Order: sequence, then C-alpha cells, then structure tokens
Amino acid sequence: MEPGAEKIELQATVNGRRETMRVYPMERLLDVLREQLSLTGTKEGCGEGECGACSVFLNGQLVNSCLVPVIQVAGTEITTIEGVASEHQLHAVQQAFIDCGGAQCGICTPGMVLAAVNLLERNPNPSEADIRTGLAGNLCRCTGYMKIFESVVKAIRKP
Amino acid sequence: MSTQAAEPHFIGKSVPRKEGRKKVTGAALYVDDLSFPDMLHGATIRSHVPRGRIMSISFEGGIPWHEFTIVTANDIFGESVFGETHGPPLQGENYVALILNDQPYLADEFVNHAEEPIVLLAHPDRHLVVEARRHVRVEIEELPAIYSLEDSLAKKQIVWGKDNVFKKFLVEKGNVDEAWSRADFVVEGEYHTGAQEQLYIENNGAIAVANAADGVTVWGSMQCPYYVHKALIKLFNLPEDRIRVVQTETGGGFGGKEEYPSLIAGHAALLAWKSGKPVKLMYDRAEDMVATTKRHPSRTRHRTAVTKDGKLLAMEIDFVIDGGAYCTLSPVVLSRGTIHAAGPYFCPNIRIRSQAMATNLPPHGAFRGFGAPQSIFALERQLDKIAQTVGLSAEELRRRNFIHEGETTATSQVIRERVDLESLLNRAMAITDYSAKRERFSRENAEATQQSRTLRKGIGLATFMHGAGFTGSGEVYLSSVVGAEATEQGQVRLLAASTEIGQGTNTIFTQIAADALGLDFDLIEVAQPDTSHVPNSGPTVASRTCMVVGKLIESAVLGLKQTLIGSGLLTEGYTQSEFQKACSEYIRQFGALKSFSRYEPPPGILWDDEKYQGDAYGAYAWAVYVAEVSVDLLTYEAHVDDFLALQEVGRVINPTMASGQIEGGVAQAIGYTLFENVVWQNGRMANNQMTNYIIPTPVDIPPIRVFFEENPYAYGPGGAKGIGELPMDGPAPAILNAIEHATAVSFNQIPLMPEMMMDRLKETDT
Repeated sequence: MEPGAEKIELQATVNGRRETMRVYPMERLLDVLREQLSLTGTKEGCGEGECGACSVFLNGQLVNSCLVPVIQVAGTEITTIEGVASEHQLHAVQQAFIDCGGAQCGICTPGMVLAAVNLLERNPNPSEADIRTGLAGNLCRCTGYMKIFESVVKAIRKP
Repeated sequence: MSTQAAEPHFIGKSVPRKEGRKKVTGAALYVDDLSFPDMLHGATIRSHVPRGRIMSISFEGGIPWHEFTIVTANDIFGESVFGETHGPPLQGENYVALILNDQPYLADEFVNHAEEPIVLLAHPDRHLVVEARRHVRVEIEELPAIYSLEDSLAKKQIVWGKDNVFKKFLVEKGNVDEAWSRADFVVEGEYHTGAQEQLYIENNGAIAVANAADGVTVWGSMQCPYYVHKALIKLFNLPEDRIRVVQTETGGGFGGKEEYPSLIAGHAALLAWKSGKPVKLMYDRAEDMVATTKRHPSRTRHRTAVTKDGKLLAMEIDFVIDGGAYCTLSPVVLSRGTIHAAGPYFCPNIRIRSQAMATNLPPHGAFRGFGAPQSIFALERQLDKIAQTVGLSAEELRRRNFIHEGETTATSQVIRERVDLESLLNRAMAITDYSAKRERFSRENAEATQQSRTLRKGIGLATFMHGAGFTGSGEVYLSSVVGAEATEQGQVRLLAASTEIGQGTNTIFTQIAADALGLDFDLIEVAQPDTSHVPNSGPTVASRTCMVVGKLIESAVLGLKQTLIGSGLLTEGYTQSEFQKACSEYIRQFGALKSFSRYEPPPGILWDDEKYQGDAYGAYAWAVYVAEVSVDLLTYEAHVDDFLALQEVGRVINPTMASGQIEGGVAQAIGYTLFENVVWQNGRMANNQMTNYIIPTPVDIPPIRVFFEENPYAYGPGGAKGIGELPMDGPAPAILNAIEHATAVSFNQIPLMPEMMMDRLKETDT
C-alpha cells in the first residue's frame, strides 16, 4: 500500500447482498472479496491478469479481480463463484464440470466456471472455436482443457 | 451417488470426482483461504547474487522494525541476532532433511544460488511486509559462479563437493565395446532439454503454529506431508509426535510440491516459533517462479550400433542433468532418467553412464516424469536418426526392436508381463491414418516448396514406457502403511498420507475401497492427510498412488471385513446395512475397528542397488504417441494440430479421470516442447511471470485423443498400473519427429522456440 493511504468506505452489491466495505482505494478487488467478505472462492493465480483464476462478474462483465482497484466497484453489482449456484441447485455449467471431469485440482475452476457461464450468456450455442476463444483468458494446468470444453458442450445441451 | 443399494462395481466407471462439488462452487479451502486469529504474514529475503559470502544484514528505511519478527540462520541454533524471541530458543539443524541434507533452511555464511533464502520477516499487516522486504539490505561478497552443465562438467568452478557431482550411475548389460566392430552403422547424436516450471496455478504456501507447549503444526499446499514432517523434526529437533503436518486442498503439484514445501513449512514455522503467533507464508507468482524448483535441464549423448536390418546391437548413452546448487532429489531424478534411457527396446549390449551435476542455479527438483522425459526425448529422436541412417521408416525400426515378454531391459530386468507394443503401434497408426498422412504431407511439402508457400506439415511418433512406483528397492525402503477405520455409523474412513492434488486420489481410493467391501461409494470417506492421524503411506509421486497405495487401500479395507467376519458379527454375502450394523456392534463391544496394511513387494522382485541391476519397477505402462504438426516458415511457429495418445496402463480405474491425466500431461508436454522457455540471466530466472513464461492456453491445444489398452496387472488394485507421469514422456520427441518431417531439418533441443527454429533453418538455407 502507498504510505499515507487512508481507508474509505464504499458500497457494492455482492452476490445479491448490499455490502459496505472499509478499504484502501487502490486495494485489489480480489483481496477485498477474499479478506473482508470471506469470499475465498475467488483465487489468485498470477496477480497480473494472465490466468483468470480471480475472474468475477462486475456489472455483468467478466473481469480479473486482481486488476480492479476496489474504488472502481463503488455502486456496482458483483457476482463471484459463490453466487453462481442457486440455493438448491448447481448452475448447469457447474454440474457439467462435475460430470465431465472439467475440474481436477480445482484452483482454476471458479474462474473457469465463470468464464464458461459468461460465454454461454453471450453465445448460447458456441462452436468449438467459440469455446476456445471464450475461455482463452483462463489458464488450467491440469486438464489440457479437453474436459473443460466437453463440460461447456454438455452445459449447452442442458441449460 | 445415491445412498440406496450399492452398485457392485465402481472400478472401471467414470465416477464423478468425490470433492467435485466443493471445487465447482468455490467452497474448497486452499491454504491461502485459511486465516487464524492474530495471524502474521511472512516474507522471505533472498540472495540477489548467485554465489557469494554474506557480509552483513541491515534493516533500513522508515520501517517500524521493532514490530517485526525477524529470523536468520542464527535463530535455528538458538542465537537470536535480530529482535525479540518468545519462548525458549531452538536447538535445531539448519538443513532440509531429504537425501544428502546439504540445503540450508536459511543461508548462514555462503549463498550458492540466486534467490536463496537468508532472512525471514513477519508482521500482522500484509501490506507493510511487502514494503519492509524492500528495505532489508544484505551485503554479499560475490564469488564466481557457473550456470551450465558444460561449465560444471569442465569444473570451471568447483561449486559443490570435490567435483560438482551429486550422483553417478553406471548401468551395464552385455559388452558394448565388442559390438562396434560388428555394426553396419554407428549412429551418434546429442540432445538437450531445458528447464521447465511446474506452474501449478495455486502458488506455494503454508501456515504454521509453533511453540514449546504445543509443538509445531503446519497446514500447507503439498504432495508429501511426511516429507515435511521429516524435515521439521530435524529443523526443530523435536520428537515426531510434536510435529503435525496437514495438507490443505492443493491446487496442482506436478512434482513442484514434492520437496519444496518442506522449506516453506520450515520458514513459516520458524517465524511462528519466534513470534509466538500463527504465521502465513504465501508466495506470489513471481516469487514462486523465481525461487522454487524446475525440471532438470539435461544433455544426452547417444552412440548406437545397428545392423543393416535395423537391429540394435549396442547402445552407449551418456546422460547428464543439471541439479542446481543443492542435491535435493537429483540422485533419484537421475536414477529414473537413467533407467528409462534405453526405452522399451531390446538391445543385448547397453552402457549408460549418468551424472547429476551442481551449478549455481536454484535447485532443480521433481517434475512429472522425473528424469524420464529428458532421456526418452533423446532416445526417441535418436531412433528417428537411426531409422534414416539405416533406410527404414521410423515405425519399422521400432517394430524390429520392441521388447517382449521374457526379454531384458537395460537393467537386465526380465519382462514378465505381456507386452504388445506392435499392436499398440498398429492401432495408433490406424487411428491417425499415419502412413497415408506421412506420404501426403511429404508430397504436399514438396509442392509447397516449389510454389514458395510457407506452410509445411509433418507427422511423427514416439514409443516409450514409464515405470510405476519408486525405483528399485525404493518401495521396500518406504514400507508404506495405509489404514482404514470403521465409524459407529458403519462408514469406512480411509487413512493415507497420499494427497489429492487434482489427479483423483480421493475418488479412486473410494472406488477401490467400495468395490473391495461391496459398499456404496458414499459410505467411504477419505481422511484429510494429517500426520497426527494418518499413517505414512509414502509420498504422492512416481505414479505410485493408484498402483501401490491403492493396493494397500484394498488390503486395509479387506482387513476390516475379515475382522468383522472373524468376530462372528458378519457373514459373507452381507448386505450394506448388515455391514453397517456389524461395524456399530463391533465398536460398541470392542471400542474401535481399524485395519492397517503395509507394503510388501510382489514375489520375485529383485534389485541390486550397487550394480543397478534387476527389477527396476514392478510394472511399466507402455505407450505410442503420434503428433501431427504444421510449421509456418514465415513465422517459424510450430503448431500441434492433432495428438493421439494410446497407452496400456493395466486396468483403468476411472476412465474420465485417467484420460484427464493423459490430456493434462500431454498439454504440459506440448508446453515443454514448444512454449515454455526458462530464460536464465546470471543464474536467475528472468521471465518469472505468466506474462512472459508462456504455458498453453485453451486456443493452443490440439484435440488430444486418448485411448487405452487394458492388460490388468496382478499386483495393482483391480489390475491398475501407474499413469500420472507417462503422458509427459512421449509428446516432445513425437512433436520434434513430426517437425523434422515437416521441415526436413533435425532439431535436437527443447524447448524449440520460433527464434531457435529461425536460426537453424536460416543456417541450413545458406
């Protein structure tokens, strides 16, 4: 943190709940979500926007929360991985990741699931090439991506 | 899985991942997701030079140093130099206990590689720790350093021991020296492989609580809780029951969390001991990449005697790996690389000399494949060279030399299992339409040259094997133990130190146990690896978890059943509810129902550690991989267009997970071959970011088509053999063999980056 920085108060809607946070303005959204709101499903992989493990929805747009200074989220709506499933049912993408082996170690999975949800929201019937480019901002070191692609295809068939 | 009547057979079915729901909802807790009251955040101050003598350490800037916990090597010996100490001084040993115990936890007088840990800091404010680490000044008088195998072999500087040699092996079979005169051809080649970063997406980290009253407890991201346990016993000089190590959900390992977590756990624990508070020590990506282990770079020289019919007469192999500044696991990596160096071929005369050398790079360590990808790369390139020299196709040369049941490997191990590499090869070639494509690409490449088009295509293959489990007598020394205990509700809890790191341990152990007892999947629970309540079932490495530990799981749960039957509470042909009732009743009458099983080698396994002869592995997986590539002569980029992975791995326990392992390994190996270039500058990784160290993304990976042949192994659970490392071995040579087809130029080094290809192709043009 910059020496002399002072904390400010800001509000945002996170997973449908209004949250008030006391933060340094330039703190990373990633850290605020994880530390203040205990939403630890959002992961840090690289801290520089390469791996996508920290993906969240910000006003409906998929962003890398490690690159978002928290001051930018005042008054916005944020959805993290914890807000994807409904109370009783997993999102079709989450279920497909379980069924098809799309998750291995699981550390990229929250970001990958959000990227897949985002892809299907923008393009409900993506081609294989669309799936690849739609997930291009998210890195996985375990799966070789094949089962992630299969998961997305399965989620298309079962909305 | 529902809780109604159990399906009889889980083995062979793609049962969904046991902890899958936690992972897709973000509920799985990794080490950085844990927090303790009053927890401090730690940081590591490292050497900025590759080799030198530490002159002084000073603390500068406007930092409130009195609020910090500061640890140096002196604290390990109970002589705190900086800051206050809570509790009694330590009387520990300053080395990471592993093989030779040469790596210090904190450099004391000398540093031997860049980024070597020297000072540890901790403070409650994470942001202040980041700021403070910039203001610790370590004066180091620099000493001359070496960074390459060549300099180490030439003893340009002696940086370790008397001769820079961590370990040497000599494997001899037949008489190589007499074979040369009988050869129609003698083919020589030299092959190089580079370092590779494991790049698990979860960085390394640990949290420690440590004090004289409670001992030391560490939670962390790791593959091998008992390696950490062993190391902390020495570091703290405490009895083993005072050290507790708990594996948290681990976001990938690939070997990168085999030995290094012992260091991080120790650092966190030293800070915790001195401060009297819990300490979290998390690496960020840059620190993880610059400071932790990578795959050993290698150089292999081959000299092969062949007849005009393409039969291998003699192989002389010189294999050297760069171990970096400390020994760590290099002898074992060297061993596996050495044993795999002659591949799945029968050759009557073999001599393999190998050495692990010291340099002033950070220690290289475990990485999926563990030396085998390096030596197999060399061999499978060499075989293509031999084929060209003899005038045979790559596949025909291999076919004429494949090993068979009853023949001997380089270590004179008699192969006792049915091996049918010919069938694997035929099937792989049929699936990929190999011969027709090879012909078509050759024709089209010739036309492209005439028409000055820049795209070339190629297809290539590699045939190889990978031994499962620890090498030689390793499993006997490990003497792994697995436990199973019944709960009052009639559930069965599996007790093993084998970690789930994404590869599927939880799920396959559950499948094996459920089938052995005839119970439902959900009735089996897998205990969190915690050294205070799971036995030492050995490290989670070496493709041993399923084959070796899985077999122990099977025996341990069968022990529960036998006890229940022996006590008269259960009879054969029981139902699930009868089993549950019997457990409850047994526990009510006798207090607890537990069963343990200890490793015993399969009959007839013999190994000579001195001569390096005998049964190197209980079982091997066998494979044929085919890569199809295109090379653009304008951009010098090579792209893998299609990849076929066909393997015989014994019985496949869980097809989805098994193919997931293969696909992931192939992708990682494609990265090793074409993307992942560790740039060294004065012994330090210069591109220690995901921005400039490039791993394959979703758009880079070709369709990876995975096929299995199943030949059950009598001593694996349900017939399974090892699988995890195998897919790392074959892709690099298959891809470079395909690139040679595409370009008509032989590349013998990986990673093969576009700039390297450009230099070589321009050279051959002129």
